[in-house]
Amino acid sequence: MRNDDPRPYGRRAFLGLVGGGLTSLLWARPAARVLAPVTSQFSQLAGNLFPVGGWRIYTISGSMPLFDERTWRLEIGGLVRKPVSLTFEQLRALPRAEQVSDFHCVTGWSVQNVRWAGVRFRDLLALAEPLPSARAIRFVSMEEPYVDSLTLDQVLLPNVMLAHELDGRLLSRPHGSPARVVIPEMYGYKGVKWLTRMELVDHESSGYWEGLGYDQNAWVGRSNGYSS
Amino acid sequence: MATAPERHLPRFNRTERAVHWVHATAFVILLGSGLCLYLPSLAELVSRRPLVKGIHIYTAVAWAIALVAIAVVGNRRSLVRTAREIDRFDADDRAWLLRRGAPQGRLNAGQKLNAVVTAAFALLFVVTGFFLWYGERDTRFRLPAALIVHDWLMYVSFVLFVGHLFLTLIYPKTRHSLSGMTRGWVDESWALQHHRKWVEEGQWPGSETSPPAASNG
Repeated sequence: MRNDDPRPYGRRAFLGLVGGGLTSLLWARPAARVLAPVTSQFSQLAGNLFPVGGWRIYTISGSMPLFDERTWRLEIGGLVRKPVSLTFEQLRALPRAEQVSDFHCVTGWSVQNVRWAGVRFRDLLALAEPLPSARAIRFVSMEEPYVDSLTLDQVLLPNVMLAHELDGRLLSRPHGSPARVVIPEMYGYKGVKWLTRMELVDHESSGYWEGLGYDQNAWVGRSNGYSS
Repeated sequence: MATAPERHLPRFNRTERAVHWVHATAFVILLGSGLCLYLPSLAELVSRRPLVKGIHIYTAVAWAIALVAIAVVGNRRSLVRTAREIDRFDADDRAWLLRRGAPQGRLNAGQKLNAVVTAAFALLFVVTGFFLWYGERDTRFRLPAALIVHDWLMYVSFVLFVGHLFLTLIYPKTRHSLSGMTRGWVDESWALQHHRKWVEEGQWPGSETSPPAASNG
């Protein structure tokens, strides 16, 4: 069969794909929200086959810290009357709080309905008795040099906790075992993982990501260039 | 029983094969390192995010440099000819896409489409990847959708990649095509079955030593 009518479908398809792809930078987020019921079912299915679950694990150092229950302690110090050093068992023995909250990462991904269990900061602070001059907590990770701070007002907001369980299981290593800060109203970088020390201080100092230009108060949808 | 020696037809020249293998190598490294950044279980297994991130980014840079290098030192005329070939879908190509089994040229319509999608996605991967990389350095350039689009491109590419591997390594009817991309030639009998128009027209645009294609107006 002789063909004398070749059509430039190749370049049309190319330009169409590139155009669609570039404009999707504008419509991908709303589209992802609209498609969420479908894609979340799909990712649920995929999550059973592959360990995706919507999470991405960010670390800043050469390797993820390893939790050793025999040596790990949560130190609470700084501007406190009674410095505290808790073993994992002691931490777990504190009043247990549970919550379901969404998790938002500043890079654009979210995980809906995350089931956390852990300890409220009210109960932790009651052990150490902060001095009146204390205004903020500096959270220190086993992953050096990751630190970040939250004000005392912020850690006492509802749904803020020091989590030691995720989805009914002890926190895994990628998720910051044995304990991580959870503050759903802020982007994930404020939730220090692999926590080992809480230092009561009289003012917030900038943390690891703030040093790289990220906002001190990482309110979801209202910081880091986002507006609601 | 003796059979006549099989004639080998030159299908892809060195420049075309270089472009292919640069893409293939970069894609595998980018996919592997990207999945280590993406899947929590792999992130734990490898557990060295800054290293993996470095591999991912520098592979992308090396890929782009390699493509430019091929364009500089390779057979540019053949690249242009191939691009034109990929661009043009004749009536047989359109019939083939509608599964009407029309005879095909050196590249069948599916291969042309695959090349088009690969090229477009490569560009989109670069653009979204750039925003992911630069947005981390300057928050004004952080586009939240860049991550979503980069992910979607990966999902689609992954499916295409698996299909490509199946056709080229496993499926008995098509896997001889690998020879074209490794040794540069394919058996004439196979080509007659899959790319009859190419064989019958007797033009070997894939060959560096071939005479220029006859003018077809």
